Amino acid sequence: MAENVGIGASVLRKEDFRFLTGRGTYVDDINRPGQLYAHILRSPHPHANLKKIDTARAKQAPGVIAVYTRHDVNEDKLGGMPCGWGVKFKDDTPMKEPAHPMLATEKVRHVGDPIALVIAETRAQAKDAAEQIAVDYEILKPVPTINDAIKPGAAALHTEAPDNVCYDWHIGDKSAVDSAFGRAHKVAKLDLVNNRLVPNAMEPRAAIGDFDSANGDYTLYTTSQNPHVIRLLMGAFVLHIPESKLRVVAPDVGGGFGSKIFHYAEEALVTWAAGKVKRPVKWTADRSESFISDAHGRDHVTHAEMAMDKDGKFLALRVQTLANMGAYLSSFAPAVPTYLYATLLAGCYATPAVYAEVKAVFTNTVPVDAYRGAGRPEASFLLERLVDVAAKEMGMDRVDIRRRNFIPNSAFPYQTPVAVQYDSGDYFGTLDMALKASNWSSFRDRQQEAKKRGKLRGIGISTYIEACGVAPSNVAGALGARAGLYEVANVRVNPTGSVTIFTGTHSHGQGHETTFAQLVADRLGIAMDQIEISHGDTGKIPFGMGTYGSRSLAVGGSAIVKAMDKIVNKGKKIAAHLLEAAEADIEFKDGKFSVAGTDKSKTFGEIALTAYVPHNYPLDVLEPGLDETAFYDPKNFTFPAGCHICEVEIDPDTGNTTIITFTAVDDVGRVINPMIVEGQVQGGVAQGIGQALLESCIYDGNGQLLSGSMSDYTMPRADNLPNVDVSTHVTLCTHNPLGVKGCGEVGSIGSPPAIIGAIVDALSEYGVKHIEMPATPQRVWQTIQAAKGKKAA
Amino acid sequence: MYDFTYARVSSVADAAKQLKGDDDAKAVAGGMTLIPTLKLRLAKPSALVDLGGVKDLAGIKVDGKTVTIGAMTTHGAVAASAEVKKAIPALAHLAAHIGDPAVRNRGTIGGSVANNDPAADYPAGVLALGATIVTNERQIAADDFFKGMFETALKPGELITAISFPVPEKAAYMKFPNPASRYAMVGVFVAKTAGGVRVAVTGAAPSVFRQKDMEAALTKKWAPDAIEGIKQKQDGLNSDIHASAEYRAHLVGVMAKRAVQAAG
Ligand SMILES: Cc1cc2nc3c(=O)[nH]c(=O)nc-3n(C[C@H](O)[C@H](O)[C@H](O)COP(=O)(O)OP(=O)(O)OC[C@H]3O[C@@H](n4cnc5c(N)ncnc54)[C@H](O)[C@@H]3O)c2cc1C
Repeated sequence: MAENVGIGASVLRKEDFRFLTGRGTYVDDINRPGQLYAHILRSPHPHANLKKIDTARAKQAPGVIAVYTRHDVNEDKLGGMPCGWGVKFKDDTPMKEPAHPMLATEKVRHVGDPIALVIAETRAQAKDAAEQIAVDYEILKPVPTINDAIKPGAAALHTEAPDNVCYDWHIGDKSAVDSAFGRAHKVAKLDLVNNRLVPNAMEPRAAIGDFDSANGDYTLYTTSQNPHVIRLLMGAFVLHIPESKLRVVAPDVGGGFGSKIFHYAEEALVTWAAGKVKRPVKWTADRSESFISDAHGRDHVTHAEMAMDKDGKFLALRVQTLANMGAYLSSFAPAVPTYLYATLLAGCYATPAVYAEVKAVFTNTVPVDAYRGAGRPEASFLLERLVDVAAKEMGMDRVDIRRRNFIPNSAFPYQTPVAVQYDSGDYFGTLDMALKASNWSSFRDRQQEAKKRGKLRGIGISTYIEACGVAPSNVAGALGARAGLYEVANVRVNPTGSVTIFTGTHSHGQGHETTFAQLVADRLGIAMDQIEISHGDTGKIPFGMGTYGSRSLAVGGSAIVKAMDKIVNKGKKIAAHLLEAAEADIEFKDGKFSVAGTDKSKTFGEIALTAYVPHNYPLDVLEPGLDETAFYDPKNFTFPAGCHICEVEIDPDTGNTTIITFTAVDDVGRVINPMIVEGQVQGGVAQGIGQALLESCIYDGNGQLLSGSMSDYTMPRADNLPNVDVSTHVTLCTHNPLGVKGCGEVGSIGSPPAIIGAIVDALSEYGVKHIEMPATPQRVWQTIQAAKGKKAA
Repeated sequence: MYDFTYARVSSVADAAKQLKGDDDAKAVAGGMTLIPTLKLRLAKPSALVDLGGVKDLAGIKVDGKTVTIGAMTTHGAVAASAEVKKAIPALAHLAAHIGDPAVRNRGTIGGSVANNDPAADYPAGVLALGATIVTNERQIAADDFFKGMFETALKPGELITAISFPVPEKAAYMKFPNPASRYAMVGVFVAKTAGGVRVAVTGAAPSVFRQKDMEAALTKKWAPDAIEGIKQKQDGLNSDIHASAEYRAHLVGVMAKRAVQAAG
């Protein structure tokens, strides 16, 4: 049995039956007795002083139970939305952390900023009533982009940050970098933008607040990737409800990609309101609302320079980045362009000196926070594009320059100049595999053939690195994290030998119910149908940190392994008693405890039953029961890496780009379920293709969101995507018990530079050095026209 | 959505009567445009008059020189029709490239033409083929029908019952879809008809229009290179986050050439 379902088997996903047959239970599927509906009146203006808010008529509207505004928030002395990560200025002073009210107080700062909460018997009545609220706005000049925010004399969003700067941070050794540039043979330079994205999980956010007036208990059902974090932030900072009186349930969640990590005002609003009106209150975003209320991703403007010696060896990297925080600090926003970005700027390369400066600014846009990859796609896009430019600058081949600068396999553990230490990797191995799988060496033939058909064909490569499982907690704490970053698992062996795993991670599409069950089947030797994975309910699960940053298997899986170790150890003690042998002689294998060198054994089920029916049991030295909890705090990040190669064809008449092939070779450490890994990589690459070719969140000069619907914002569709050829090359993580690294984000981190590199390669006959994302047909066509114009001139 | 009353009528006369009696009432066909508008609260009709129950409004008739398509015929039905594919394959091709399967199975030709979205596909086919819009009151030539953005010659309460297309000698439709919405960013329908060569452009301007310079060139010589040098003027073309007027103008030329090529 173990060989079919254990580690390394492509077990079909247990959870898919309910998802594919429409039987999942998402927040909006839950309806509580007596439930009311909430609608949120949001600002149509990006920047305005809020004068009078008149709710009198709305309160009289049919079906309306309550209308709440800043006035009620004040009266109940509620807190604002907290930020979970503090970053410092270069001079060590703390970042500017302006208040982020649940309902706007003196000002609105982005289109979509919540102003009033309307609660009514039906959703339509709540919406009708919201239209009766009269708001007196005093319009202020909007600051919609990074460049607007830093202009001298720009309007300030917050009095706390008169220059709109949240922080101006740096990392690395500036003088070492400056001196290396002084010695450089050549310098490659690049200005680039990392385009702003809207996450667009398939399931819009939703929340139900429920209050039990019998005992004063609150329950929040919410679309969250980390219910415990929400309970902590909302209970402690916003609503002041003790955690013992607050349960947060995140049931089936239809995708998150980071956007459901954060604590949002709507969660606190419905919970608070349920306590006030003494009835359950449900809010479900519609798609238009998601566009203006879910945290957005990316949005960087960067200048980068690489210094090289005469052999093309990298001497130093210098980076200046402006990062958009949006109107307020979302839960983890400050960490994204700093500790999740600049610490990865060494990439796979042994560049001896790196210095990065990051200035984060406030703008009149939706808050920006972690989105699939969070900081690392920005780092890999910058670095891999710059390496391509460096190759051109040196007249070297793109592959050769990478090989020349890779960290050699013998150098691990490798200390980078930007704080992190890589534990393992084989960048040459993933590169060679990808070159072979993509038929790199025969590309120019295919290019010639395409040319005969009037198409411009190009090939691009990226050799990226990422960091997963932010840790250890004490190091993260020293860097500004205001939470722990361990994970917890409770392994509950039931009396008849079935096992329930309670994990602090949360699955919202990743397939944990299968992968984690495989860990258990592999270790405890029991059948998959005897294993349940339970997650997403603070009422059931010890305090865990949730799922983001590809941490679930590396951190959460490791906690499960540690808890299973405890189970096996205790089982050995029980078996030793039953088999009248020394504990040291008991072996556990394939679901059996046996006395070494004999045929005496007890099955896992027999031991479980004995633990709960302790008639023949060493009660004087051992507690009954078989139920163990482990908290696992990693010693380091994990560092997946790999090589992505993309081949495109461009129609020069229209500028349209078609991806012909995409090859991904990823080192995600030990692979538990190859099918799930392939799916995760394909999904990540789909989002990378979205960023590189299609998706662009655009605010106009007046601060209005132009790409605020699916008919304006280009989500990738099936026909935009090639079949992604995925393979893995394993080097084990050296510091977690499974040797795993994480696979959830590699696709979105590795792919954009490979795609853009391919387009630039296809356009190389026009002398194009770089093209910004998304490389839409219009942008490619305009780039060709501009290059032709230059040539002609 | 705001509240409205709903009536399912069984005849065009009945529908017209209800619509004429109430200025705020609206006909609903496939609902693919109207229902999203209601959901976004962009329209507040007092009543919806559903044409779905009216017999004889859906269906395709071909008699030698004319293809007549009932107003309630879905895009999917047109795309799949063996008769349309044989008589005017370009029209079946156009219908097959509207939206997605769900939209094609609900959306109707009458709704699309009545709505006259600047980026809709059908208006290009209707105008280039010189079709006739048949209403419960009269017959309107395509050239007189499309008046401007979302504007047509239809009077309040007037309903399209069918559209008849003269079978052309040659025709083809080339669409460059908007990457996000997949409506036409630029769509060019070329047709060599008994009444002459006609070239209609959708997606590029506030309303579908005929490209007369190309028509003249193609009249002289029906070949892609005949329109090689003809530059679509940028003046008055749409400009948005997906395509500038300049790019749209360029695409008109590319799509027109490809359409002539495809028409053979
Ligand atoms: C996701 C999506 C993608 C789409 N993509 C495309 C695309 O690529 N290309 C494209 O061309 N279109 C596209 N559409 C629009 C689609 O073709 C619609 O079906 C069409 O525009 C309207 O037809 P309907 O039958 O749904 O009309 P309805 O939505 O029911 O009505 C539209 C309007 O026409 C009026 N009306 C309806 N029937 C009549 C009639 N017989 N006489 C007079 N007035 C009438 C209604 O009162 C209403 O004002 C798309 C729609 C969606 C939702």
